[in-house]
Amino acid sequence: MIEIRWHGRGGQGVVTSSQLLTKAAIYAGKYAIHIPEFGPERRGAPVRAFTRIDDEDIEIRYNVRNPDIVVVIDPGLVEMKEFITEGLKEDGVIIINRPVDMPISLDGYKVYSVDAYRISIDELGRPIYNTSMIGALLGATKIIPLEYLIKALEERFSGSVLEKNIRAIRRGYEEVRLV
Amino acid sequence: MSVTDTERMKRVGLNGDEAVAYAAKHANVDVVAAYPITPQTIMVEKISEFVYNGELDAEFIAVESEHSALSAAVGASLAGARVFTATASQGLALMYEILYIASAMRTPIVMALGNRAFSAPINIHCSHDDAYAVRDTGWLQFFAENVQEAYDLVLMAFKISESPEVLTPSIVNLDGFILTHCIEPLYIWNERYIQEFLPDRKPVEAIDYRNPKTYGPLALMDYYMLIKRQQYEVVRRARATIDRVFDEYSRWSGRRYRAIKTYMMDDAEYAFVVLGSTAGTMRSMVDKWRGMGRKVGLVSLTLYRPFPEDDLRRILSGVEAIGVMDRSHTYGGPGAQLYQEIASTLYSLDEHPRLLNIIYGLGGKDFGPEDAEAAYKYLMRPDVREVWLGVEG
Repeated sequence: MIEIRWHGRGGQGVVTSSQLLTKAAIYAGKYAIHIPEFGPERRGAPVRAFTRIDDEDIEIRYNVRNPDIVVVIDPGLVEMKEFITEGLKEDGVIIINRPVDMPISLDGYKVYSVDAYRISIDELGRPIYNTSMIGALLGATKIIPLEYLIKALEERFSGSVLEKNIRAIRRGYEEVRLV
Repeated sequence: MSVTDTERMKRVGLNGDEAVAYAAKHANVDVVAAYPITPQTIMVEKISEFVYNGELDAEFIAVESEHSALSAAVGASLAGARVFTATASQGLALMYEILYIASAMRTPIVMALGNRAFSAPINIHCSHDDAYAVRDTGWLQFFAENVQEAYDLVLMAFKISESPEVLTPSIVNLDGFILTHCIEPLYIWNERYIQEFLPDRKPVEAIDYRNPKTYGPLALMDYYMLIKRQQYEVVRRARATIDRVFDEYSRWSGRRYRAIKTYMMDDAEYAFVVLGSTAGTMRSMVDKWRGMGRKVGLVSLTLYRPFPEDDLRRILSGVEAIGVMDRSHTYGGPGAQLYQEIASTLYSLDEHPRLLNIIYGLGGKDFGPEDAEAAYKYLMRPDVREVWLGVEG
């Protein structure tokens, strides 16, 4: 089983990211579960969501405690090291939203970086990072083929919004780099 | 089960609320009267979308409160319609007086309840307060463990409730957020095949203007107690219909449903009894404990009303100690609600298992492996009768 924790802020599509990945995994024939963590729903407040993916039925129904992968959608949260690495497995993967040449010290983890700010400004014209970050997650880990994520996205968006987000996903997938 | 679609069933990813909305659609309901409330909101949104898009030919009554929602549901059901409603917590509280009227007037309404804690303090997350609060209202009650069960139980509830020998409304419980907002894979039916299991409702004594009758008249010392006795018998005997419909649906769907799910109970010395989504977590813990040579089993109730007491006496007799898990509590009473019911159920046994009441997860407090381990440790201590997990002392 692969356990993923998403970090971001209210309004950045943290819950949507977990939902899209879960649906993509289901379309890929896997078992998956999306667990949102709803607190006071304020724009800008730190938000988390959890995804579990497995080849077998998932019975457990509690929040992810020891993720294999952490995705940090909000660039500012990278500074909150204890918060984002809490419970992360020793050889765990962290995917951060940060220019790839900008130094970062998160020793002991496999850190991948993608400039989701640049991608979202280029492709969407607005700093909405989540689709680039899911693309980066799949690019770094290859846990689900990209086509299933695009299928999940097609269910949710249409027209130019869909096209722009597909481009953001593809760029995230291709531009993510191991730091 | 395979993970591919078939002509009859499609594998999809939905959250609990969406799955329930699909079940109402697939049941081809005639009337939906509901007022949105977290965590049930998506059900109402989705059903109104189905109606607006023309995907569901139903009357969606956008009422101004839950009291009105259930009142409208009662009227529509008496007129012969297949009726669905949904609510949670405070909304159910506002329906309270109509709950008794719906059951006593024998309206086979199906309600989905996204279980949520009562205020105050205000909280939108899961407790079983609401389900327990209406356990004496004469409604049948079912608990879903996952999103698939929530979908399936709504379909089964219509068939059970509308059976002429039952004619009693049903509540399908699904844990707020943990199931209502959690996306999982599940199989939903191709609508073309639903009629095989759930044909259109055949109402009994429906309102007919050409042949007027009185509904809900006054009954005092002459008939009130007699009518209540009849209703009591109806709910008690509904169990036979529930078992029959569960069997039929199990054969039809390939997914097994029964009133009680037991896991590793054959030689169990210790057992936990649980309702709702925590069952899966506890089952994974039983696997772990069994691997350590501990003889632990799990009992989870899909059927809560009528309470399956005979089965529980059979399953739980001979067990040394039982942890009864309540996602709720009572003030100043002898244990929380499920605990009281298990204790009453087992009282007639010659030898009583020791009971521990485990209060857990109130207001959505996460229940994980470490909480289950703590529960197990308390169960080994004969000096502890009640524990509030995470807030002991």
